[in-house]
Amino acid sequence: MDTLITASNINHYYGSFHAVQNLSLELKRGEIVGLLGPNGAGKSTSMEIITGNITPSSGSVELLGIDLLQEPQKAKAALGYLPEQPPLYRNMTIAEYLVFCARLHGIARPQLKYASSEAMEKCGLVGMEKRLIANLSKGYQQRVGIAQAIIHKPAIIILDEPTSGLDPNQIIEIRDLIRELGREHGVILSTHILPEVQSICSQAVILNRGRIVFSDDISNIDSSSPSSILIQLERAPELNSILDIDGVSVADRTEDGYIRLELDDEASTSAVAEQIAANNWGLSEFRPEQNSLEQIFTRLTMDEENIV
Amino acid sequence: MRAVLFRELRAMFLSPLAWTLLAVIQFILAWIFLIQMDEFMQIQPRLAKLASAPGVTDIIATPLLNSAAMVVMFLTPLMSMRLLSDEYRNGTYTLLSSAPISKTAIVLGKYSSLLIFLLIVMAITAAMPLSLLLGSVLDLGKLFAGVLGLGLAIASFGAIGLFFSSITSRPTVAATGTYGLLLFLWLINMASGAEGKGSALFAWISPINHLHKMLSGLISSADVIYFLLLTVSFLALTVKQLDSRSKGS
Repeated sequence: MDTLITASNINHYYGSFHAVQNLSLELKRGEIVGLLGPNGAGKSTSMEIITGNITPSSGSVELLGIDLLQEPQKAKAALGYLPEQPPLYRNMTIAEYLVFCARLHGIARPQLKYASSEAMEKCGLVGMEKRLIANLSKGYQQRVGIAQAIIHKPAIIILDEPTSGLDPNQIIEIRDLIRELGREHGVILSTHILPEVQSICSQAVILNRGRIVFSDDISNIDSSSPSSILIQLERAPELNSILDIDGVSVADRTEDGYIRLELDDEASTSAVAEQIAANNWGLSEFRPEQNSLEQIFTRLTMDEENIV
Repeated sequence: MRAVLFRELRAMFLSPLAWTLLAVIQFILAWIFLIQMDEFMQIQPRLAKLASAPGVTDIIATPLLNSAAMVVMFLTPLMSMRLLSDEYRNGTYTLLSSAPISKTAIVLGKYSSLLIFLLIVMAITAAMPLSLLLGSVLDLGKLFAGVLGLGLAIASFGAIGLFFSSITSRPTVAATGTYGLLLFLWLINMASGAEGKGSALFAWISPINHLHKMLSGLISSADVIYFLLLTVSFLALTVKQLDSRSKGS
């Protein structure tokens, strides 16, 4: 796998505000990195730095091994970027706009038409060529924004909240598109939606207060055994008698009528399930909690706040 | 650069603003042109008796070009204010700045589009005195000097307008700034009337004197260089402004 982005020790200040602190990031071909973080964590600033829209106070960025600060034009050729606010000219039609974007990226004249129709096809915009961008719904504007970012088939695609403003069906389509893009290209996307990262990204990076507080492969997060199990019992006994089951370390009632069990590290989920069933409590639901990323996210971003 | 230029021209001529401005300018200048024509007709008998009388070019073309420079000074800010401010405001500037084109190319693309519009203004202005060729003799050398002077002045006004558009995301602020500087440069000439050390400098800074010399038919490299210097400086400042913008403070 070749490395597409190498960002090392990036710092950025807005006045005296240290917006990005010692950020280092790598992106390889075939990877989809999900950038997570609460509002104001520095996600957008980091993306703007990687795309050359903001010059960092210190640190270096290399795109395909080309220094972004030394040779910005050459480096930017490898880049497709969808900012938080899609950069659309409202008084152009979709086709005109995409042709303009293709020209900006130096696509040769004979291929302009082909490139723009291909991008439209990928983003589900076929048949809308003549529509004025100003008259499009937010979701379609978002699609045009994505089309603009992929029209020149860049090696690196950076998407700032690509699914914001889309309806659930569109979200699924766009996720499929991103997954597909992630096969040949390298993708970095930022989002607030944690399940999105779990479903499409290969790697999760959590930013908080300008710092990377977590970075790991999604497979490592998912493969870890569920840290807790939610059960529902028709004839629920005292919590103490549930605690008597081998392997259960904590039992707690949740607000919505479930009982949350936390297991010992070496306990097996199936053994616990068998014991609960054998007790004849009327087990109606047994669900391992798969929101480990959410737990990591909350722990890391809340802790920080508590310290401050 | 050409992509930026063509998009800008399209946007410009798809909006009613450019057409309205062209119509208004044409109307006002035509009015002035007719007034000068009328005046020329009235004094023509007396001029005939003079030995070295001013000709058609002096009485009609020169005042017209002078008025055109004034009118253009007032309309340039309206055309230039949106060039970059709008891009900032709509977030479309990101598209340009993440594309593999240089800041200089962005600035030159934007500037060329403005220049093309202003050249059209110049062409419709020059067409009026040239129409007199149908029934009269013009001092073409003098007219050429005047049109060149007007063109150079217009080019520098445009560069100043583009610079102000690059420093703010509000078109009205950009227009106000441009008006302010252009009027100031125009009026700074007044200070040169007073006796004192600074007066020669003030007279040099103001575009008026340079323009008037060219309108009277005198092309001197000093005046040409003055306008080119003004234009290039403000274009360079605009590029610098775009560069420092990405420092994001």
